[in-house]
Amino acid sequence: MSARFEPITGRYMHLDLFGRPHRIYVEEAGQGTPLLCLHTAGADGRQYRALMNDARVTKNHRVIAFDMPWHGKSSPPAGWHDEEYQLTSANYTSMILEIMAALDLDRPIVMGCSIGGRIALHLALDHPERFRAIIGLQAGAHVDPYYDLNFLHRPDVHGGEVAAAIVSGLVGPDAPDGARWETLWHYMQGGPGVFKGDLYFYKIDGDIRTRVAEIDTRRCPLFLLSGEYDYSCLPEESLAVAASIRGSEVTIMKGLGHFPMSENPPEFLKYLLPVLEKIARM
Amino acid sequence: MIDALQRLVNADAALVRRGRYLTTTFLLQIGQAAWLIAICEGRIVSVTPGPFVMPSSSFALRADAEAWSKFCEHRPPPGSNDLMALIKRRALKAEGDLQIFMANLRYFKEALGKLRQGADA
Repeated sequence: MSARFEPITGRYMHLDLFGRPHRIYVEEAGQGTPLLCLHTAGADGRQYRALMNDARVTKNHRVIAFDMPWHGKSSPPAGWHDEEYQLTSANYTSMILEIMAALDLDRPIVMGCSIGGRIALHLALDHPERFRAIIGLQAGAHVDPYYDLNFLHRPDVHGGEVAAAIVSGLVGPDAPDGARWETLWHYMQGGPGVFKGDLYFYKIDGDIRTRVAEIDTRRCPLFLLSGEYDYSCLPEESLAVAASIRGSEVTIMKGLGHFPMSENPPEFLKYLLPVLEKIARM
Repeated sequence: MIDALQRLVNADAALVRRGRYLTTTFLLQIGQAAWLIAICEGRIVSVTPGPFVMPSSSFALRADAEAWSKFCEHRPPPGSNDLMALIKRRALKAEGDLQIFMANLRYFKEALGKLRQGADA
């Protein structure tokens, strides 16, 4: 059997973030309009592997995904071993803008899922002029905690096992087994306390309910795509966000869950491709 | 329905292997009915139906009958497809020493998933 290589290139970028040196892993594939992809809490940029392998996307888009600090192949900054990791709205926003500048991306489309979908709403509100369009996957304005987050980081519960077990039901029922378990494997590989630290943004610091209606889609188009089986960010929560933002577009994706691009790429692309075509015509 | 749990779980070698460090007794309550389910090293050793005078268990899972019935459908609707989905909707309560439940969450999800229609194939 001959070896086959995917058309994805990975590089390590050295960049100062929040006043400290960081080593950030960045993957990309394709050429054209930059499409910057943001992964979910507790996972990494591998969630976008299928998009980077789909010629329908890459023929017109330069698809880029970075692993956030502490995630995937991006290291935590020196000194991490005595710190508690907590993602904040301010750090998340500045990380995205700094990485965009470092990659010299001119008004990319940004697409984020879950916490990435939430920060996409923050970006739509605070930095609309920096983006050609914003796509929020599983994007809600707020999620209340529905389990004790301390179970995600304590020595008598395996962090990787529990993270994957908590999110396993968020994968939709039609996900092919291979993609389902690959998605969960990413969760199993997360570092200690990292999923929990991301959820600090998702469930506490990143609450945008009081401001979300101020998003002006004339300054930057906003598209929301949400999986029917997501009980973390419920379809009705995405619908409520869309209803409060004039000019936004929302679609509920049948049979899909919280990780559409990763759990069931062929189904997700049926929803994403028309959005990308629409953005291309704008 | 719950009677089949012991046979279905113990017949799944991979599930029993993943539960090999799990020895506990938990209480499952659906509506007014309750069972004490005893697990030893991943194998279910007994399923004892109530009513109980003084049930002793490490933790309890309590669901209303309608919510549980939806969970057991062959293709549960959104919001009923997972124990965490039920917990989020407050249709399932987990009480007691939940370290055992959370440390073995995949085991408990898959074990109780055996009660789904069509899982007994």
